[in-house]
Amino acid sequence: MTATGTASALSLHDVSAGYGAEPVVAHVSLEARRSRWLAIVGPNGAGKSTVLKAVANLVPSQGTVMLDGTDTATLPRKELARRVGYAPQNPALPERLTVTDYVLLGRAPHLGALARESAADVSIVEDALARLDLHELAGRRLGTLSGGEAQRAVLARVLVQRTPLLLLDEPTTGLDIGHAQTLLERLDQLRREDGTTVVTTLHDLTVAAQYADELVLLDRGGVVATGPPSQVLTTERLRTHYAADVDVLTTAAGSPVVVPVRPTDGR
Amino acid sequence: MLRTRSRWRRTASHTTRLTPLALAVAVITVVAVALLGLLIGPGELTGDRVLAEIAAQLTGGVSPLSEAEAAVVWQLRLPRVLLAALVGAALAGAGAAFQGVFRNPLADPYLLGAGAGAGMAATAVVVFAPAVTAWSLGPVGPLPLAAFAGALLGVGLSWALGRSTGGAGTAGLLLAGVAVTAFLTAIQTFVQQLNTQTLKQVYTWTLGGLNITGWTDVGLVVPYVGLAAIVLVAAARLLDLLTLGDAEAASLGLRPGRIRLVVLSAASLATAAAVSVSGLIGFVGIVVPHLVRLLAGASYRVIVPLSLLGGAAFVIAADLVARTIMPGELPLGVVTAFAGAPFFALVLRTNRERLS
Repeated sequence: MTATGTASALSLHDVSAGYGAEPVVAHVSLEARRSRWLAIVGPNGAGKSTVLKAVANLVPSQGTVMLDGTDTATLPRKELARRVGYAPQNPALPERLTVTDYVLLGRAPHLGALARESAADVSIVEDALARLDLHELAGRRLGTLSGGEAQRAVLARVLVQRTPLLLLDEPTTGLDIGHAQTLLERLDQLRREDGTTVVTTLHDLTVAAQYADELVLLDRGGVVATGPPSQVLTTERLRTHYAADVDVLTTAAGSPVVVPVRPTDGR
Repeated sequence: MLRTRSRWRRTASHTTRLTPLALAVAVITVVAVALLGLLIGPGELTGDRVLAEIAAQLTGGVSPLSEAEAAVVWQLRLPRVLLAALVGAALAGAGAAFQGVFRNPLADPYLLGAGAGAGMAATAVVVFAPAVTAWSLGPVGPLPLAAFAGALLGVGLSWALGRSTGGAGTAGLLLAGVAVTAFLTAIQTFVQQLNTQTLKQVYTWTLGGLNITGWTDVGLVVPYVGLAAIVLVAAARLLDLLTLGDAEAASLGLRPGRIRLVVLSAASLATAAAVSVSGLIGFVGIVVPHLVRLLAGASYRVIVPLSLLGGAAFVIAADLVARTIMPGELPLGVVTAFAGAPFFALVLRTNRERLS
């Protein structure tokens, strides 16, 4: 199978996934274009994380997941790990490991079961630490890092996998607005420099609209809207799927801003 | 090229790896403690005379010892020291492996029922088939095989019970281990009472000890402990990856279930081999890996090899105490419990937040 000229780095066709009889997501189809940023948004429990896990083959699923024209069902787990980097919403951070030890673990897909990391692996780690301004923290234990530093360490760990596709589940969890912005800017810079395709879940719709080229809105396990942020984020749609009263404003740059509005009835 | 090398050095200094210095310190400690074990003993056979004998053996000189005394050194003390080293390495290495597999600093083959399971199975063999002498069929004889199966059974039951408590984590797993250990120990006690002729043998054995040993035991334990040690050292990097949790380890291309199976089998094999020659010796698997973590770092690439060596030194020393502290002989399991139980309490305190 070849890419047959499409610019699609990732495409899901009719994917259902989840544990147990009732799938968490059903019949999801979506595409992420190469070197672009796709954000999956939706209310709590919509199945955002499950879609990412289905792509990384971490949850039982049906349907077809294609990476650059290759069906992931045909890829051994290790090969998949060389193509897809994944960071969960609350990554495990063994508190006594050093940042360098931790980031080196990301080289696992490129090592044989009994191999040791080579100087080349260490140099890739060193690069990632430098790009994420972590080199000063290289010898620190994970348990001593701040939230922002820890999230950058996680990003570095995924980065050294050197995958063309990054799946990040709420990468700004627990970060204040400044640290969240810094992290997303870095991620966007990496995307542009390396030509990486980025797929994130993001709960902040305004932020999602600022960074993503395209949004996928999920509700109750299904895709309800896809497209550029300005088309997906409408007052009507957000009321329907989030049960929220919002105004959608537009910045001078044309990016939508979602502002909650307090209901006036009953006051 | 030069740039790469210097950068490699800098990063390498931030990685937790087994340094030649740490390895040398550990090996020297084992050799020093083993030498003490060889030198110290009751009666006329004083340390300086044993030392002269060792020197004579090494240089081909004249020994000050009689033939009988030399036999005590080479046929009794040395195999006993080596057996203590093997048992200690097995128990401490298995403890480190269990802690990695269960991502739990308090996991240990004994606490999770491996010791009790192996003990129950070994007792059953002694009681129901007293004709089968311990190792009569070689390294794959009925006693070690039964002990191995019993160890796996104990761990399997604890794990299944711990999981069924659903999300109770460390506390759930440990409580499951308590329940399984109590139950298997009850079965063992019941079985041992069935045959009064083997009662004393079994009873002595459950307290743990190395007092009836010669070169045969050493030769028979070596393959098990050696194999387990090789597997555990080889799997150390994978144990580091398991600390990330199953989903992340899988996203890095691993099969966590398969790694667990291999590592647990190796660790249970080591435990079973130790139990079948030395009886029940607790706390080694908790004390030693924890000291290693405190002194040398949190990567299993350091914890596993240094626990193997540290366990050897610890049990040689404990056995030395057991046979010299009073006129008779104190059971080895009592000595390790005296040292280990307070240490375990300390570990519990320092892990308070994880348990709550």
